[in-house]
Amino acid sequence: MKSSRVAWWFVGPALLVIAVFFVLPVLAGLAMSLTDFDIYALADLRNLRIVGLRNYAELLQRPLFWKALGNTLYFVVVGVPLSLAVSLGAALLLDSRFARFQPFFRTALFAPVVTTIVAVAVIWRHLLGTRYGFVNYALGAIGIAPIDWLGDPRFAMPAIIIFAVWKNFGYNMIILLAGLQSIPRDLYEAARIDGASALARFRYVTLPMLAPILTIVGILTVAGYFQLFAEPYVMTQGGPLQSTVSVLYFMYEEGFKWWNLGTASAVAFMLFLLIFAVTMLQLRQMRRAGIAR
Amino acid sequence: MMPRPAAIGVNGLLFAASAIALFPLLWMVSTSLMSPGESSAYPPLLVPQQPTLDNYRELFARAGMGRYLANSLLLAVAVTALSMFFNVMAGYAFAKLRFAGRERIFRLMLGALVIPGQVAMVPLFLLLKHLGLVNSYGGIIVPALASIFGIFLVRQYALSIPDDLLEAARIDGASEWRIFGLVVVPLLRPIIVTLAVFTLLGTWNDFMWPLIVLTDQDLYTLPVALASLSREHVQDNELMMAGAVLTIVPVLVVFLVLQRYYIQGLTMGSVKA
Repeated sequence: MKSSRVAWWFVGPALLVIAVFFVLPVLAGLAMSLTDFDIYALADLRNLRIVGLRNYAELLQRPLFWKALGNTLYFVVVGVPLSLAVSLGAALLLDSRFARFQPFFRTALFAPVVTTIVAVAVIWRHLLGTRYGFVNYALGAIGIAPIDWLGDPRFAMPAIIIFAVWKNFGYNMIILLAGLQSIPRDLYEAARIDGASALARFRYVTLPMLAPILTIVGILTVAGYFQLFAEPYVMTQGGPLQSTVSVLYFMYEEGFKWWNLGTASAVAFMLFLLIFAVTMLQLRQMRRAGIAR
Repeated sequence: MMPRPAAIGVNGLLFAASAIALFPLLWMVSTSLMSPGESSAYPPLLVPQQPTLDNYRELFARAGMGRYLANSLLLAVAVTALSMFFNVMAGYAFAKLRFAGRERIFRLMLGALVIPGQVAMVPLFLLLKHLGLVNSYGGIIVPALASIFGIFLVRQYALSIPDDLLEAARIDGASEWRIFGLVVVPLLRPIIVTLAVFTLLGTWNDFMWPLIVLTDQDLYTLPVALASLSREHVQDNELMMAGAVLTIVPVLVVFLVLQRYYIQGLTMGSVKA
């Protein structure tokens, strides 16, 4: 058919690019994770050997890998709920019928999202400085002693989480705001007439109506937070005491600093499997709760 | 009704949250105008005593900022312009043209959205090395020519084009290419702007891939250059802030001007995903 041939000219170029520069590398990555691809193989492919699952087995015995995994989970488990809570709070404020200058506040709250992560990480590194940093100065005003945010292993990850929440909350805020605005106003009116308090209206009207969007936003945010990289790269370089080495940071160093490309591929795949498993788990949870449409 | 306390509470909180969101950015601009060492004071200074543009001069004269700015600009514009062709054509075809396996391919692509880009990075690096594209603008541009997300976004929007309109043009004897250029593209304009803003900002802000593929300092984009400078010049607060201003202000301006399109794409992309 003629029209079908023309259609291929429309989709062909894009599909070719995606096949060659995305699908092929993903499959090649799986294959590479089963080899000992290193700097010698980079120089001469004849040095390449197939090692089966050895990369995976060795990774599971490396303390730093577990550390990176633990750090990343810490970032996800604390960062995502905090992020969502702030996004939801901001969206509720913007949606409030008392809110004034809504376009201005919306833009201001969203601004950090479009900024360049490296640049704002540089800013925050200075804001979080121990001696001259503004954060410690502000905390000092309410009587809190200076904290060595980026130099103390106990505080480095919390500092990065605070930074990430500041940078990202506006994104979900916009999506949740759209969700809030689509909730029919008469539902609130009816609840009000029935004598429901503001808290009850939030609990029994807002949350259930928002649940589908909230779940999707949660899934996307979890997947995004698993890919932590630029923040520790710029702010802490993985330190102190490797307390901010993330899985991707580990992969980057393994692959592009030490050129252990086989190991790096295995790391990337494990991260993918982890994200995939968590996403599936969340989806199942969602279906079980009867949220899925 | 007694809206007073509630109104004050809501607006007060909004004001406080906005202040926290904007403070680091305002502080960055202010500090970038300080003379060296001025920001290392206690209590911290909020405004420079004698505003100066010396940090900016220094960045361009000695740190090669002009070069990085040009690299970032060139890559962002090139990726945006070129990828638009691929994504808009494909997105339209997935919505409105019939071809064998259309639904199946589309479903596969949607499934592939869950694969994080980093899984492809190591082999992609080797592939580009083989093609001689590592350490060149091509290393950034070529893999970014088409994106599943872009195709998806255009498709969702193109679904709303009435089939009758296309049929009528076909009966008039217009070729598929003419229809695309004269009928479809004008109708898709809002989503084209949306996707262009997304791509432009995304390319400008991207960090990990340029860090890997551009090893020659002359090719650094602003984020890569800034990260490298900030590792060398840990103490030069004011200089770093000027670099941050140069990196952030262009994207912030693009966003402010085209905000409507950006927000639209954002709600559309995720509510449907």
